[in-house]
Amino acid sequence: MNLKEVAMELDPKLKRLTLIQLAVPVGLLVVGISGGLLQALMRSGLIQADSALGLEYYQGLTLHGIINAIVFTTFFAVAFGNALVSYALKAKLNMKVAWISNILMLLGTLMVAVMVFAGEGSVLYTFYPPLKANPIFYAGLALFVVGSWVAFWNWIPMYLRWRRENPGEKTPMAVVGIFTTFIVWQICTIPVAYEVLVLLLPWSLGWTDTINIELTRTLFWFFGHPLVYFWLLPAYVMYYTMLPKLAGGKLYSDLAGRVVFMLFVIFSIPVGAHHQFTEPGIGSDWKLLHAFLTFGVAIPSLITAFTIAASLEYAGRKRGGKGLFGWFRTLPYLDGDRYLFPYLFVGLVIFIVGGSTGIINASYNMNLVVHNTAWIPGHFHLTVAGPVFLAFIGMSLYMVEKMTGKEVKFKKLAATVPYMWIVGLFTFSFGMMRGGLHGEPRRTNMGMTYLNPDSPLYRPEWELYVTLTVIGGVILFLAMLVYFGIFFGTLMGKKTRKEELVFPLSTSYHNERAGAFANFKPWVIGAILLIVLSYTPVFIDVMRSTSFGAPAYNPHLPVPENQMAAPPGENVEAEQPKESGETSGEKAAGSEAGVEEK
Amino acid sequence: MDKREKRVIFASIALMGFFFLAVILAVSGFGITVPDCITDREPFTEAKVISQDETHYEVHSIARMWRFEPTVIEIPAGATVDFFLTSADVVHGFQIEDRAVNMMAVPGQVTSTSITFDNVGTYRIVCHEYCGANHHSMEGVIHVRPAEDMVATKQGLELGSGSSVASTAVGGGSEL
Repeated sequence: MNLKEVAMELDPKLKRLTLIQLAVPVGLLVVGISGGLLQALMRSGLIQADSALGLEYYQGLTLHGIINAIVFTTFFAVAFGNALVSYALKAKLNMKVAWISNILMLLGTLMVAVMVFAGEGSVLYTFYPPLKANPIFYAGLALFVVGSWVAFWNWIPMYLRWRRENPGEKTPMAVVGIFTTFIVWQICTIPVAYEVLVLLLPWSLGWTDTINIELTRTLFWFFGHPLVYFWLLPAYVMYYTMLPKLAGGKLYSDLAGRVVFMLFVIFSIPVGAHHQFTEPGIGSDWKLLHAFLTFGVAIPSLITAFTIAASLEYAGRKRGGKGLFGWFRTLPYLDGDRYLFPYLFVGLVIFIVGGSTGIINASYNMNLVVHNTAWIPGHFHLTVAGPVFLAFIGMSLYMVEKMTGKEVKFKKLAATVPYMWIVGLFTFSFGMMRGGLHGEPRRTNMGMTYLNPDSPLYRPEWELYVTLTVIGGVILFLAMLVYFGIFFGTLMGKKTRKEELVFPLSTSYHNERAGAFANFKPWVIGAILLIVLSYTPVFIDVMRSTSFGAPAYNPHLPVPENQMAAPPGENVEAEQPKESGETSGEKAAGSEAGVEEK
Repeated sequence: MDKREKRVIFASIALMGFFFLAVILAVSGFGITVPDCITDREPFTEAKVISQDETHYEVHSIARMWRFEPTVIEIPAGATVDFFLTSADVVHGFQIEDRAVNMMAVPGQVTSTSITFDNVGTYRIVCHEYCGANHHSMEGVIHVRPAEDMVATKQGLELGSGSSVASTAVGGGSEL
C-alpha cells in the first residue's frame, strides 16, 4: 500500500516488540480458529464425542473463547496502541515499560494456556464460579490484564508531554480513540481484578470455603460488557482515522468522531446488568435502568453509521461516482494495493446486523426469548468475529508489512479474505440465531444429546440450523487458512524496502473546534458518576438477596471439592451421611482432599 | 456541526427512545417482566409441585449437576404456575421451550417467574448455562394435560368441564 503517508523512522526495538505482539497471538489463533471449527462439528453431531483431538468440547470452547476474544484482541490493542500513539504524537515509546507490559501479558497467556490444555481450566472464558479452575489459571488472567494496564500507563506521559508542547492544538483523533479504548478498559477491569484476586484466587487455593456467586457474576459483567467496546473501539479508531483515506477521501466530520468517543467513555460501563436480566438477586427496576443506558450506548454507533457512510460517499464522488448511489460503485473493494479497505468496509457491513441484534438483546423483556440461546453467540460473532476481527487481522497484516519492509504476499487474495469471511459468517450466524430462537442452548455439546437421534433429548427440528453453522464454520476456517498463509508468508518473505512506522491517517472534511469534547476529564468524571448511580443499587440487591456462598466444584464431578474424600464418582451420596456423623472423620476427609488437590 | 449531522443525532436519540417506549409498553401493557430480586425466601432443598387449586400451581425446582428436580412436572391446561428456582451446586440455566420462561439458577439465590399453560402438550426444559462436563444431558419435562384428566386422576371426582372453562378464562390474560 502506498498512500503517500508521512512515514516515521522506526525504532528497531519497537519493531521487535510489535512483531512479537502481533505474531504470537496470530499463531495462537491457529489453535483458536481450529477449535471453532471443531466445536461447530461437535455441536452439530457430525463428530459425536465428548472430546476430539485430545480436547474435551468444553476445554476446546474455553480455548476458543480465551484465545480469540481475550488474548488476540488485547495483544492487538496494545501493539496497535504502542505504534499508533508513537506515530500520531511523533514521540518515542519507553521501551522498558513496554517490555514489562509485554512480559506480563506473555506470562499470563502461558499460564492460562497451560492450565486449559492440562484440563485444569475448563471453565469457559467467563470463568463463572463455582466451577473452579486451577489457581494458576486465575493468576495468569490477572497478570495478563495488569500487563495491558502497564501498556496504557506508558502512553500517558507521552500524551501529557505532547499537550505541554502543543498548547491549543487538538489531540490527534487516533490518540483520542486509543485513549478512549484504554480508559474504558482501565475502569472496567478493576472490578474483575477484584473478583479474580480477592474472591476467586483465595477460594481456588482453598483458603476460603465459599464465595458469593451472584456477586462474582455481577463483578464479571461490570467488566464483560465494556469488554465488548474494548474490542470494538480499536476498529472504530480505524474507521474514523484510516478508512476515509483508504477510500480516497476525508473523514466527513472530525467533531462527530470526538463526540462518539466521548459518548463511549460515558456509556460503555454502566450497562452490564443487561447481561443479567434473567438472573436472581438484582431488582427488575435496576435491570430496566441498565437497559435504558444500553440504548444510550447505541447512539454513538448510529452516529458512526452516518459519518462513515458520508465519508465513503465523499470518497466515492471524488473517485468519479455520480448520482444518488453511483459513488458506491467506485470504492476500492478489491484493490490489492489497498487491501486494508475491504477488511474495514466488510466489517462495517457485518456490524449493521451485529449492532441491530445487540439492540434486540438489550431490550429487557425481549431478552427472555434469546438469553443464553445459540442466538447470543450468533449475535456476538457478528461483532467480535466481524468488524473487530477483520479490522484486527487486516491491520496486523498492514503493520507487519510496514514494519518489516516486506511486501504483502498475494495482495489480491488478501483483499478477498473479508468477502469469504462475510459469506461464512452470515451463514454461521444465521444458523446460530435461528436455532437460538427455536431454543438451542449456547455453549452446549449438542451432538451428544440434542442432535443425537439415539438420545431421548433429540430435536430433529434443529438439524437444519446446525447444518448451516457447519457450512458457515467451514467457510470461515478456509478463509482463515488463506489469511494465515498470507500473514506468515509475508513475515517470512524478503525485505524489499525501508522499515517504517506509518499509518494511513485521514484529514477531515468538516474540521471544527472540539469544544467540550476536547478533554477527557469531564467525561471520565461523568462515567464514574453514572457507574456509581447505576451500580450501587445493583450491588445492594445482590448482597441482601444472597443467602449463602458456594464451595468449589470440579467441572467433572457433581460434588464440592471439599467433600471429595471418597474416590470420585462412586456412591458419593451414600458417603455423605457417614461424614457428617463423625466430626473427626470429616476433618480427615478435609485434609485428604487437600492432598488430592496438590 | 453540519445540519444533516445534527438531524442524524436527533433521529438516533428518537429511535432509541422509541425502542425504549416499546419495552415499557411490553412491561406495563402486557405484563412481560424479567426476574426480580427476592429477599424473603431462603433457597430450598426439596423439589416439589404444590397444587393450590386446579388453576394455580407452585413448582419448587432445583437444578443440579446434571438434572432438574422434579424431572417430570404434570399440570392441567389453563393452570398458572409459579416457578421458584434455585441451584444445589453450580450455576444452571432454566428455559422452557416455546415459552418466555428464561431464568438462571444461582446457588444461594431463589428466583421466580409465573406462567400460564393454556395448551395441552409437552414442554421441555433446557439447561442453557454451562454447568460442567455433562451439561448437555440435563433434562426436564412439563406435561400439560387436559384439565379433566388431571382432575380425574387426582381426585377421582367429576368436577368436569365447568371448572376447566373457568380456569382458561382466569389464565388467558397473562399468557405468553
